[in-house]
Amino acid sequence: MASSAISPTRTSSFINKKDFGRFCFSSTSQLSIHKCKKSSVSKKIVSVMAPQQSERSPATTGSVKTAMTLTEKIMARASEKPHLVPGENVWVNVDILMTHDVCGPGSIGIFKKEFGENAKVWDREKLVIIPDHYIFTSDERANRNVDILRDFCIEQNIKYFYDIKDLGNFKANPDYKGVCHVALAQEGHCRPGEVLLGTDSHTCTAGAFGQFATGIGNTDAGFVLGTGKLLLKVPPTLRFVMDGEMPDYLLAKDLILQIIGEISVAGATYKSMEFVGSTVESLTMEERMTLCNMVVEAGGKNGVVPADTTTFKYLEDKTSAPYEPVYSDQQARFLSDYRFDVSKLEPLVAKPHSPDNRALARECKDVKIDRVYIGSCTGGKTEDFLAAARVFLASVRAISINYFTTSGQTIDSIKTSYLLNSSLRQLILGKKVKVPTFLVPATQKVWMDLYALPVPGSDGKTCSQIFEEAGCDTPASPSCGACLGGPKDTYARMNEPKVCVSTTNRNFPGRMGHKEGQIYLASPYTAAASALTGYVTDPREFLQ
Amino acid sequence: MAASSLSFSPKTITSSPRPKTNPFINHFSHSLQFPIASSTSRAIFTSPTTSIVPRASSVISRATNDAASTNTNTFHGLCYVVGDNIDTDQIIPAEYLTLVPSKPEEYEKLGTYALIGLPSTYTTRFIDENETKTKYKIVIGGDNFGCGSSREHAPVALGAAGVAAVVAESYARIFFRNSVATGEIYPLESEGRLCEECRTGDVVTIEMAESRLINHSTGKEYKLKPIGDAGPVIDAGGIFAYARQTGMIPSQN
Repeated sequence: MASSAISPTRTSSFINKKDFGRFCFSSTSQLSIHKCKKSSVSKKIVSVMAPQQSERSPATTGSVKTAMTLTEKIMARASEKPHLVPGENVWVNVDILMTHDVCGPGSIGIFKKEFGENAKVWDREKLVIIPDHYIFTSDERANRNVDILRDFCIEQNIKYFYDIKDLGNFKANPDYKGVCHVALAQEGHCRPGEVLLGTDSHTCTAGAFGQFATGIGNTDAGFVLGTGKLLLKVPPTLRFVMDGEMPDYLLAKDLILQIIGEISVAGATYKSMEFVGSTVESLTMEERMTLCNMVVEAGGKNGVVPADTTTFKYLEDKTSAPYEPVYSDQQARFLSDYRFDVSKLEPLVAKPHSPDNRALARECKDVKIDRVYIGSCTGGKTEDFLAAARVFLASVRAISINYFTTSGQTIDSIKTSYLLNSSLRQLILGKKVKVPTFLVPATQKVWMDLYALPVPGSDGKTCSQIFEEAGCDTPASPSCGACLGGPKDTYARMNEPKVCVSTTNRNFPGRMGHKEGQIYLASPYTAAASALTGYVTDPREFLQ
Repeated sequence: MAASSLSFSPKTITSSPRPKTNPFINHFSHSLQFPIASSTSRAIFTSPTTSIVPRASSVISRATNDAASTNTNTFHGLCYVVGDNIDTDQIIPAEYLTLVPSKPEEYEKLGTYALIGLPSTYTTRFIDENETKTKYKIVIGGDNFGCGSSREHAPVALGAAGVAAVVAESYARIFFRNSVATGEIYPLESEGRLCEECRTGDVVTIEMAESRLINHSTGKEYKLKPIGDAGPVIDAGGIFAYARQTGMIPSQN
């Protein structure tokens, strides 16, 4: 059973924070990274207690070093303090502030009101403005809000504004990206060791890069616009150690749904969530983003994955800005440890109407669904669509194998047979989706990948070809889409009380439009499998 | 430039609920008075240093000589009771987020949609048909009030609707912070599950100085957790007003 794979252990009481003798700062070399990670999964090392030390001031001891977590270290550096402990309130220097069309106009309004009509933002190169929420709509106020962003960016000479003017054809807007959290990563604004704030709760996605990233409100953003600083409380850290080989029917969405189901939607309130272990190390950047994206669904302030070679490789062609990763010290204090053997987990869903309403996908096989939605910052990345395509491809094979074991023919003889009628041809091409299946790529880059990247094992087919053959809707213009409902004319918005399997991150009442709508949150594998059957479906039905 | 004229003073304010002794209790006076305010009126909060209009629109101030350091606010009125995990989509659904809170007319409009996202199991409307303000000055909730999106529209919608305070068992972090930063509402924490003790329409009084909630309909009293340093920030009308009031940033001309 899923929950048996977890064993929370409290380690904080074993660690002495004045642990002078054993402490050393991790450098950025791979050797020490490796050492750090190795020890992080060993219970024995963290349970060593250092001898009690009396309090001494820095003046008498020279440089005092206190073990810190990754999050504490980033905040210490950003607040120009040698060390911090959870609970301290510090003014941090902000490396990047991101805002979008929903909260940007309000933040700008507060900035102008408080700092003056002629005030300048603190740094025109550190503000990133990304219209993404309500773009492809005829709602006049929504359109006006993008105009407000544009006027402000022109007035302030903002360097990074990903504008859209031609709403009829997003491809006519080379600057336009789409969903802010994915665009931030793709455009190289996410960098290890930095502080990234954004007027969106899913700003925590960027923690995948080993940085401190969290969501703030308009008023706080207005303050940052004028000063480049914000008063933040240092959160204590929960550590999630995930080991074991990830079965090929699981995705990062299953891991985070497992965690939220375990600790509840308030389990990490005010806290940082650090993800470590061999499974996490094996995840791609996009999968790490999925993991960090939903920490806010557990109430978390931020989530972090320590930067490693996967991170550095992703960043190679995206940023030339220097960055300095930091890592949790071996003796850092974690509020608690949670351990998972990922090899034992099964595909999960979050049932309506809460992200912590966890169930095994196979337990919900009798839930009839009306539609499937694949999109958003957490479930609309290139790899999410590749995963969905993999299930559609696998459905071809699953059916073929069934057919040939009874008919004794080979696939080639069937393909060339002049007796091949249309229904048999359909059988060979694969299963069709049973319910409307909406695809909303997060960004323009993702959209292009759907039409250009060959899907592994498909003899060179692209995602878009596979989706078309499966009968999905044509991939829509990149934006936040129906993940949060939005204006009434938003593509794929739930305007009626439907049942939807969605790769998004929230299933609160009314989240995708209709208050009585029912949303099952799931991985792209589970979403695609469910599309093929019309019921919530464990992807192993096709992938094994 | 604006930035250079700011002086930062760490630890001066905090926007998180901290379990510490309430400095205001000793200043409490037992002469309770409840001035009657109509649901749409804005009471003026006065302090010796400055005079501002608080965003928590139905604050009833019992002026004392040291109002700036003594929180003697009292809120009196009907309460509206909700459950656990009331997320910001229920407080203000995403379709209304095109309204920009910093624009006065859109601020008012946001208020008319407060809590409109509650499911139909809530049979009593929070804002009556054809009304723009709520008759419920106090919202009582369970755990994790305000979870979900970081939209500041959520506390703003409640404040604009005429809510003075929310009393919940606990809050989602960003909602709590936004409530303090905007000064829109007092996010107060209860010691127990008041959402199971009170019913929508009960007449309640919150005495900030006593950290107490009185339910006049049932005759019961409940202890609240002190709001601590966040109180004066909300009293002032948000972080900017507070920072000006206390000299952290210069006053505007």
